[in-house]
Amino acid sequence: MSGLLNMGGYAAFVWPAYGVTVLGLGVAIALTLRAYARAKGRLAALEKP
Amino acid sequence: MASMFALANPKRFMDASAQVLPWLAGTASLVLVVGFFLGFVAPPDYQQGDTVKIMFLHVPAAWTAMMAYGLMALTSLFSLVWRHPLADVAAKSAAPLGAVFTVLGLVTGSLWGRPMWGTYWVWDARLTSFLLLLFLYLGYIALWNAIDDEVRAARAASILALVGAVNLPIIEFSVNWHTLHQGESIVRADGPQIATVFLWPLGLTALGYTLLFFVLWTIRIRTEILERRARSMMLGEPT
Repeated sequence: MSGLLNMGGYAAFVWPAYGVTVLGLGVAIALTLRAYARAKGRLAALEKP
Repeated sequence: MASMFALANPKRFMDASAQVLPWLAGTASLVLVVGFFLGFVAPPDYQQGDTVKIMFLHVPAAWTAMMAYGLMALTSLFSLVWRHPLADVAAKSAAPLGAVFTVLGLVTGSLWGRPMWGTYWVWDARLTSFLLLLFLYLGYIALWNAIDDEVRAARAASILALVGAVNLPIIEFSVNWHTLHQGESIVRADGPQIATVFLWPLGLTALGYTLLFFVLWTIRIRTEILERRARSMMLGEPT
């Protein structure tokens, strides 16, 4: 387990690479879904008779 | 070709994408989870040690960033030549995603370069042309935001996207021009020069990133269609 955390001595590079990837993909997914939900809501409000 | 034009009808696109999206999203998630897992448990490379794990984050991000630009340029061409409204919606929707993947490619590449090359950054052809890709995306987005008239914005942004497409072959071939970046090792005439234990996670993460891009791209196109519909309703135009 300590070997995995340590990444063979490259922990300072491997873990940030994972971190930035999760953050980047997460933000892209979250913003895309939020914008979609908002557009749907706006249109539904307009279409209400 | 004919079916592509059929899909280019916004209403038909909404119907077809609603059918396809759940499957596409499910496949993307599955492929990404398996790919990330295999990459995470891959053994250390005999030269690169555990930094080889960064390859499964860096290569798919860089590949997707370039593919996204290619698609943005292609849809821009459709927008310019055929003036189809869905084409510029598609091009516009690709840009922010492409920018995110470009940033991921740059940052993970930098984190890989420091332990392997001894530096986070060099101004060589490969790295510089990839940084230019980010500026092209940002310039494209800025141009859309700077011009209020949608038709004129679409035309100006499309021209920028097409001119910037020159950068794609430059990125592709620059691995052969005096650079620290390693040469082509996967798509080669003599077959992939990379161990199978690394090839699987690399292939799966590359496929997963590609599918994820298409999922997000489709949702963004849908969003823009809904927004344009709402805008024209507020203006009292027929939809």
